[in-house]
Amino acid sequence: MMPRSALPGTLIAIAVLVAGFAAAFLIGRFPVSIGDIIAVLWSKVADGAADVPAATEAVILQVRGPRVIAAFLVGAALAVAGTAFQGLFRNPLVSPDILGASSGAALGAVLGIYFSLGVLSIQIFAFIGGLVAVTAVYLIGSAIRTRDPVLVLVLAGVVIGALLGAGVGLVKYLADPYNQLPAMTFWLLGSLAAANVSDLVPLFGPVLLGSVVLLALRHRMNVMSLPEEEARALGVPTGALRVAIVAAATLVTSASVATAGIIGWVGLVVPHLARSLVGPDFARLLPVSAILGGGFLLFIDTIARSVAQVEVPLGILTAVIGTPFFIWLLASVSKTWS
Amino acid sequence: MLSRRSVLAGLLSTLPRVAQAQSVTDATGRVLAIPANVTRVFPAGPPAAIMLYTLAPDLLIGWPRANRLEEREYLLPDIGSRPEIGRITGRGNTANLEMLLALKPDLILDIGSTSRTYVTLAERVQEQTGIPYALLDGRFEATAASYRKLGELTRHEMQGKEFASYTTRTLDTIMQRIANVAPDKRPRVYFARGPRGLETGLGGSINVETIELLARNVAGERKGGLATVSIEQVLVWNPDVIITIDRDFASNVKGDPAWKGGTAVQEGRVHLAPKLPFGWIDFPPSVNRLIGLWWLAKILYPERFPEDIRAIARDFYARFYHVTPTDAQMDAVLEGRG
Repeated sequence: MMPRSALPGTLIAIAVLVAGFAAAFLIGRFPVSIGDIIAVLWSKVADGAADVPAATEAVILQVRGPRVIAAFLVGAALAVAGTAFQGLFRNPLVSPDILGASSGAALGAVLGIYFSLGVLSIQIFAFIGGLVAVTAVYLIGSAIRTRDPVLVLVLAGVVIGALLGAGVGLVKYLADPYNQLPAMTFWLLGSLAAANVSDLVPLFGPVLLGSVVLLALRHRMNVMSLPEEEARALGVPTGALRVAIVAAATLVTSASVATAGIIGWVGLVVPHLARSLVGPDFARLLPVSAILGGGFLLFIDTIARSVAQVEVPLGILTAVIGTPFFIWLLASVSKTWS
Repeated sequence: MLSRRSVLAGLLSTLPRVAQAQSVTDATGRVLAIPANVTRVFPAGPPAAIMLYTLAPDLLIGWPRANRLEEREYLLPDIGSRPEIGRITGRGNTANLEMLLALKPDLILDIGSTSRTYVTLAERVQEQTGIPYALLDGRFEATAASYRKLGELTRHEMQGKEFASYTTRTLDTIMQRIANVAPDKRPRVYFARGPRGLETGLGGSINVETIELLARNVAGERKGGLATVSIEQVLVWNPDVIITIDRDFASNVKGDPAWKGGTAVQEGRVHLAPKLPFGWIDFPPSVNRLIGLWWLAKILYPERFPEDIRAIARDFYARFYHVTPTDAQMDAVLEGRG
């Protein structure tokens, strides 16, 4: 049974998600009414033909529908990963790219664009890049024995991230300025403009797997916020737990970045917002973060594709909205952190 | 080994050059002292390399980017295979000034934007190297003027005038035939770049100059450069014709359910622009767009342009690229290979 105090916060998160879905489905460049959506969905259930124009049906099923689902998955994934990493590192300034997942994915993607590969291959490159980067960081972190393994891990993440950033710079520098460079720039700014049905499978699998692992570990994660010795004294295998959290969070982050490009801030801001709603207990925090992250990115992506004829890059919107929001959050709810 | 005599001979050979140096004004009004005998020209970027190759191939020291094998097939063999020398314009220089000096060019040629940024860049490089740096206007409508200027700069006045008049003739012929098509009756075109076709050129961008000359660019309402748009937005625009430079997109779009609602896809009006040895539409934006204009005119107004594009293209390749492609080669070009 959920404690009373967490119930309103959870309900708020669910309300945000429902409103996010509704807004995302109803708002867009192509006019789609509630009636159209119901008609198309009903026709799929009833196995008949919907009485709407072909273009409207294509928008609902092939364009906006997949994009809305992708936005939810990416937002939820980044928020869950951010929450897990903030707990793991006992640091509120940590975001999912702390161990180099985003920089690795970025290098993979720009290399894919540089070699003029297809979209799927670019995404695979990005995904592998993220995994390789975090693995490298983890191996460096484990090789260096100190009393504070978490700090070494963060430092390894910072330096590997910087190195990979230089790699991205080098590839952009060598890229053809008329074709590849704009493609790389757009990719690095983050966007779901090209999300389609075939993107959902490679996104859904890793996000689901990683999220299930993290959710399964939610009770044990509370122990990670204790000092290392105390956690060990409670009989929790901190080393194994750390590997599992890093692996699962990296999996979801890499899959998100591979699909949507670099989208900062969600993984940093949403966990704080969720914490202010339901408190620091991971058993509640993790699912609420996922719900809230999904809802948040649904709203952001709705803005990104609706305000102008051209797409506003997601990474820019999340930063512009995230920064003032984060400052407000810091000022108003800093007392609830701990 | 340098003997005293060869040094003396070298000195003497430079003397008359300086003495006969001529002043030529470039497109920005800068007065340049051009040596009497220009034999080596350094192209600052791809548009300059292409224009120079067409006018005076033997002056071209090398290419900003080495040509691929399939591109060299359509260029003079000894010139098409000249080495990669990088670029010294635009976003970041890949060539360094010492290497540039080692190549001993008589002239540095840049064709593109004539904005203040590029004028100062030209002046700075000229001051540092002592080599005259000419800047010509790269806009499509300036092609004839730029050919005349380039003829003056390289002492190939006759050839420059000939190309300028070919350019004017081509433009006049094409524009006259569609002169009585009212602007609002012209086809609405979407220009698709990138593997998913979601990068496009906004109004006035260099990427869509030929398209905007003949038709209405659906993304032209907003001015700017390249931007990302969503499929929804393209479906709202519902263009009559889609012009793309990406083979993946061209082959996938017909089977893509998300795009099938659009008129252009339904009516089979998705056209892949040829790109050998250089792109016909915008890749890179240079005189290669002259033949692209013919191709585009035939696609947009088939009844007004009954000519065989092969004959026109072969004539263009013979004049400008100095090669006469075989039927098989011409097929490959028109299929958009490369």
